[in-house]
Amino acid sequence: MYLPDAEKLLSDLTEKIRPDVTKDTVLVGIFTGGVWIAKRLHQTLGLALPLGALDVSFYRDDFSKIGLHHQVKPSNIPFEVEGRHIILIDDVLYTGRTIRAAINELFDYGRPASIRLAALVDRGGRELPVVANYVGTTIDLLKDKMLALEQNENGKLSLSLYEKIPLGS
Amino acid sequence: MSNNPQLNKGGELQHLLTTEGLPAPILLNILDTAESFVGVPERDIKKVPLLRGKSIFNLFFEPSTRTRTTFEIAAKRLSADVVNLNIASSSQSKGETLLDTVNNLSAMHADMFIVRHSQSGAAHLIARHVKPEIHVINAGDGRHAHPTQALLDMFTIRRYKRDFHNLCVAIVGDILHSRVARSQIHALTTLGVPEVRVISPKTLLPTKVDRLGVRVFHDMAKGLKDVDVLLMLRLQNERMLGARLPSAEEYFKYYGLTQEKLARAKHDAIVMHPGPMNRGIEIDSAVADGKQSVISQQVTFGIAVRMAAMTILAGN
Repeated sequence: MYLPDAEKLLSDLTEKIRPDVTKDTVLVGIFTGGVWIAKRLHQTLGLALPLGALDVSFYRDDFSKIGLHHQVKPSNIPFEVEGRHIILIDDVLYTGRTIRAAINELFDYGRPASIRLAALVDRGGRELPVVANYVGTTIDLLKDKMLALEQNENGKLSLSLYEKIPLGS
Repeated sequence: MSNNPQLNKGGELQHLLTTEGLPAPILLNILDTAESFVGVPERDIKKVPLLRGKSIFNLFFEPSTRTRTTFEIAAKRLSADVVNLNIASSSQSKGETLLDTVNNLSAMHADMFIVRHSQSGAAHLIARHVKPEIHVINAGDGRHAHPTQALLDMFTIRRYKRDFHNLCVAIVGDILHSRVARSQIHALTTLGVPEVRVISPKTLLPTKVDRLGVRVFHDMAKGLKDVDVLLMLRLQNERMLGARLPSAEEYFKYYGLTQEKLARAKHDAIVMHPGPMNRGIEIDSAVADGKQSVISQQVTFGIAVRMAAMTILAGN
């Protein structure tokens, strides 16, 4: 299957976000892919405020089913969330469950003025009423496929498609 | 498959009873997970929703304020419901057996038991007895083990010294009665600390302690030379003054940690103590409150480490 060039998608996404950026804009990336993208956006858009990073493991809705995701990374929100306009960044938008968890986590830091969502790829398949404000592109994929963002040692981003390994196998 | 009663069929942690026999990846996973919990109390909402709807029972058959409180805080920061039972003053004094107490609480849909008992092996007994969906954490059993204390000590050491593989660690004081020391020794050797020393008078040392892979010293000046980390132990003076030691003053003279004795260790050595401290007996106030002391940080990290242990167990 043909997959779009992630670097091209990132520059498209950057241009879609750029008109809405002010000096008070803060970006929060979701580990792991969302943080890679957020770092690049932060640099390209020349944002003054520091970058936030979320690991939503403690807020996931499948903890009681599958336990803790291994290798949890500490969330780091190095600014006041209260009253802030936040752009949340993820690599692949799918069921919407990660975004639900991320919004819940952000609210435990304070009450933001607004949260918008940017994703490099929207692959459809939503299970919650979540819509992104900015997307690089939209791809329709079957449930048994997993779309993953990868980063090589030079920081170059690319997309890969995998067969999903069913739970419990 | 393993015969370790702490692990399930998949080799994951089912109960946390002792650091003995736990593989390094499991210990490190607890420490790594705890890193993510350290920042939680700094948020507006000082808790995460991980264990919402879970019931955690603190079963304390032996009095303890600090350990019980830190477990309670840890459980509450995970959004669990916590029930504290001080059994020394309840049904056991009316003659109920340990397993009957556990059965009754299991019938109330407990998800996890935190157990403190004066008898070695009490937590193991409960772990063998409960249904597979219930998890047990040993919060100290007799002279045997106190795994969460040892893990929070390992977390503190890693925070200050980064790596275990080039350290010299000395455990000082009443090794004989100390479940903390046993759990520390197993954790330190599993995590690859090349030199673990115990410094103690002969009367406070178990026989054949060297089989645990430690170097034994009876002299503080020699034992503390070039040490990176000092793990002080509480002198359990209520248990033994007179029988094993002439006096608290004499103990302080030879084994109490003063600035002068501390100067034998490396200049950046850290000093730790599991609490509660006997100032002027095993540690001088000038050291306990001094700049090499990380004792209050241990308490803070203890909550994050207990949150990590509870989370990992509840997810397995």
